[in-house]
Amino acid sequence: MHSPTPIETSWPDAIYTQFRRVGIRQVGYVPDAGHSRLIALVKDDPDIADVVLTTEEEGVGLVAGAALGGQRAALLMQSSGVGNCVNMFSLLRNCGFGCVLLVTMRGEFGEFNPWQVPMGTITEDVLRLCGFLTYRVESADAVDETVGPGCDMAFDGNLQVAILLSQRLIGRKVWTR
Amino acid sequence: MDAMMLNRRDFVRELLVDRGDLLVVPGLGSATYDVAAAGDHPLNFYLWGAMGGTAMIGLGLALAQPNRRVAVITGDGDMLMGLGSLATIGVKQPNNLAIVVLDNARYGETGMQPSHTDRGIDLVAVALACRFNHGHVVSSSDDAAHVRALLHRGEGPLLINARIKPEDTPRVLPLRDGHAIKQRFIEALNSV
Repeated sequence: MHSPTPIETSWPDAIYTQFRRVGIRQVGYVPDAGHSRLIALVKDDPDIADVVLTTEEEGVGLVAGAALGGQRAALLMQSSGVGNCVNMFSLLRNCGFGCVLLVTMRGEFGEFNPWQVPMGTITEDVLRLCGFLTYRVESADAVDETVGPGCDMAFDGNLQVAILLSQRLIGRKVWTR
Repeated sequence: MDAMMLNRRDFVRELLVDRGDLLVVPGLGSATYDVAAAGDHPLNFYLWGAMGGTAMIGLGLALAQPNRRVAVITGDGDMLMGLGSLATIGVKQPNNLAIVVLDNARYGETGMQPSHTDRGIDLVAVALACRFNHGHVVSSSDDAAHVRALLHRGEGPLLINARIKPEDTPRVLPLRDGHAIKQRFIEALNSV
């Protein structure tokens, strides 16, 4: 019998390890079940300023300010939060601020709450229209290989990169209590 | 009534006298023009958009540069649109961040329509409720030197609400190329 590797703890750790590797120093987020472990890891890290936001668009300004001050920043949000950011994203594109967005998807396969579906089904298209490169992750073993190069592209090239963590990935265990 | 209000150009110019390596983030519209009119400087990150985001840019910058002073200079409309950012700043308590709201109680860029502050909404009270360390209203040019001292040495986060006359001022248009504004700022910051 396999020893049960807890997937719900391994993939946020992989993201956190990549954050450390590329030297991310600020992380903006709105509290989120899917990102809860990653948020906890970031909050425990004295080298990373964790900035809890009242709305996701605040995080876009945070990223820009961090970059002006020489620091790399990442944003964590749900797919619904992407819709809150649309005009503010112009700041990133207009000035060429490198940015990594980790988006936990709602409104996808198996969604319980139909109110999540309208935004969840347009999230990737919205991000592309806003100038983001988008990469989807469907399984835990693909997190590391996607987040690492995604961070490199963002910060080496001053590009806007969004990594969409699918509901198949997140929904497996994190939401069961 | 106007006698009790500030001329925005004169006030901002006085705030930026002997600015040293003060990092300045002016909000879109008239605040950007006022800061440009006080003298172009590479440590100005002029905004021409991103309404509501100015204070948060200041926060990211203040966290990244804890040994330098950051001044957000913006209008009441921009501050009202980013009201939640005052709560976010209050949580982080950056002691090197000051916000100056140039409050004419009007949306100047769109035709001087009244803003919420025209109806008594009190941005200083909001800031203090959001755990800002200091906040007060100024309406006299005699206060400019004190506000300037706060920008350089005040224990933040702090917010100054400057009552300015609701008047049109000539536009002073700085750089608009976002990449250029950013790059110039970063290079200047790395050289001081």
